[in-house]
Amino acid sequence: MTANARKSIYSYGYRRSPDQDAATPVRRPVVVVGAGPVGLACAIDLGLRGVPVVLIDDADRIGEGSRGICWSKRTLEILDRLGVGEKLVAQGVTWKIGKVFLGDDLVFSFDLLPEAGHKMPAFINLQQYYLEKALCDRAGEIGEIDLRWKNKLVGLEPRNDHVRLTVATDDGPYTLDADWLIAADGARSSTRDLLGLTFAGVTFEDKFLIADIRMAANISTERRFWFDPSFHTGQSALMHRQPDNVWRIDLQLGPDADVVEEQKPERVTARLKRMLGDRPFELEWISIYRFNCRRLGRFVHGRVVFVGDSAHQVSPFGARGANSGIQDAENLAWKLAAVLKGEAGPALIDSYERERIQAADENIAHSTRSTDFIAPHTKAERNLRNAVLALAPRADFAQRMINSGRLSVATVYDSPLTTPDEETFAGSARLGAPAPDCPVRRRDGGASHLLQSVPGEFTLLTMRNGAVPPLPAGVRHVAVGEDVVDSDGLFAERFDATPGAAYLLRPDQHLCARWRHVDGAKIAAARDRALGKRA
Amino acid sequence: MSKLETKSRFADPDAAYLALVEARRGLSEEQAAALDTRLALILANHIGDLDVLREAIALAKAAK
Repeated sequence: MTANARKSIYSYGYRRSPDQDAATPVRRPVVVVGAGPVGLACAIDLGLRGVPVVLIDDADRIGEGSRGICWSKRTLEILDRLGVGEKLVAQGVTWKIGKVFLGDDLVFSFDLLPEAGHKMPAFINLQQYYLEKALCDRAGEIGEIDLRWKNKLVGLEPRNDHVRLTVATDDGPYTLDADWLIAADGARSSTRDLLGLTFAGVTFEDKFLIADIRMAANISTERRFWFDPSFHTGQSALMHRQPDNVWRIDLQLGPDADVVEEQKPERVTARLKRMLGDRPFELEWISIYRFNCRRLGRFVHGRVVFVGDSAHQVSPFGARGANSGIQDAENLAWKLAAVLKGEAGPALIDSYERERIQAADENIAHSTRSTDFIAPHTKAERNLRNAVLALAPRADFAQRMINSGRLSVATVYDSPLTTPDEETFAGSARLGAPAPDCPVRRRDGGASHLLQSVPGEFTLLTMRNGAVPPLPAGVRHVAVGEDVVDSDGLFAERFDATPGAAYLLRPDQHLCARWRHVDGAKIAAARDRALGKRA
Repeated sequence: MSKLETKSRFADPDAAYLALVEARRGLSEEQAAALDTRLALILANHIGDLDVLREAIALAKAAK
């Protein structure tokens, strides 16, 4: 299709690795399969923690086409820690308002970040290839990362304490051993196939047309979703702005749509003209999707760990695919680094599975409910959905039931790594959740944010009240009021912080313990627990 | 006189909707309509207030 012939946006060359000439297979601590957003984020996070990573990808370029566009606040916070957050926010389109239309009338709108004082916005929209390019550039700055394009995983042999890989290249295959293999090779994961794992779940019958178009239009930057609009009767439509005057249009076509006919540019153009009127536009990309909601039974198989779409798949309503994948990567990276450095036992990796299966199930549940609402299975279900829509302009309760996608937020882990509260805390900070951000002032007087002040290590935040308790190895101390100043009073509010209170954050910035008053023994116990050393 | 509450009262409206969807999953249109009628009677009795019931009927009719 001509509309899709446009892009090989960034190309990379194959380079022979000395590993290919080794007499016996070279052993690497970590091999990541798949240089998409998830594999790259995982490799960068590990690399920044000093872990050498071989990252292989079967392509030699960044994939074109319409894939992820919505990057959530928590994902942006992770990407900021990895060193690309500010760049991506500057490049992307920031939004937080969603509007839902019934027919052609607005029935309600939602604000995904109603409170101020966060460094990162609720969402940005940015084409996935730009995000991958930024991550590739970042990976290139990190000496620990060995990124090998046109290296395809074709064989996999699990051993007791490692995995033996066969990798195909233009120069022929070679063998590589990995203490740990991270499968970030997407929905059609070869790793999953090589292990013979089933990937069961629900396939939705409805087909959806995705069109990315280039159009100069003065339309405000918000997510717009229509049920039964006059330009696309009986179906739903979604419209989202991307940078470069590119717009994502998503039109529901129903289960019986003809996949070949519906992708013909003249046909797509006619549909879009009904929606956009006389505005001139160019087609950039056309594809038709059907959605799956499914996951692997387990994410950890010996020394092979699945992250992102290789482990779980959802419908796009809610932007829970790539965002949850990057959150998988962050959850795994610090744990694997701790295991490889001998700071924790392999049991810590089990907590990756537990926490991220919880997240996957949450995402699948939301995504399934959204898809049930947008594409009801039967006439009886459609009647119920239409009753909700009909009541919505007159009744708040019905508005709340309208589900055009519940947008991705970070999971609050119900985890054995968390030390239960001894005292009660108000505020928005929650045990098992990422610490809420807030503005702070640094020692040098510069304005900053809390999450920037707690990069990638165990950190004890204290409202200092007398002496600092002795800290166990590997825990950094940040005194609020000294190292950082609670410039807007929002730390106190969001953490319900009183003099003497202390908060232990994991290396992924999730809150794992907090106290009104604390001693060294409690901090050490909470840290051990967060490293999986006790139940 | 009581007043019909139309503000959302469910902590998790999606879960309430799901319960209603699942109740009709696999039913024909006619079977689902019969289910809804029984549900209307059960919930009307639970409310137990004729003024509220009349208001609810008026809202349902108006929302067509």
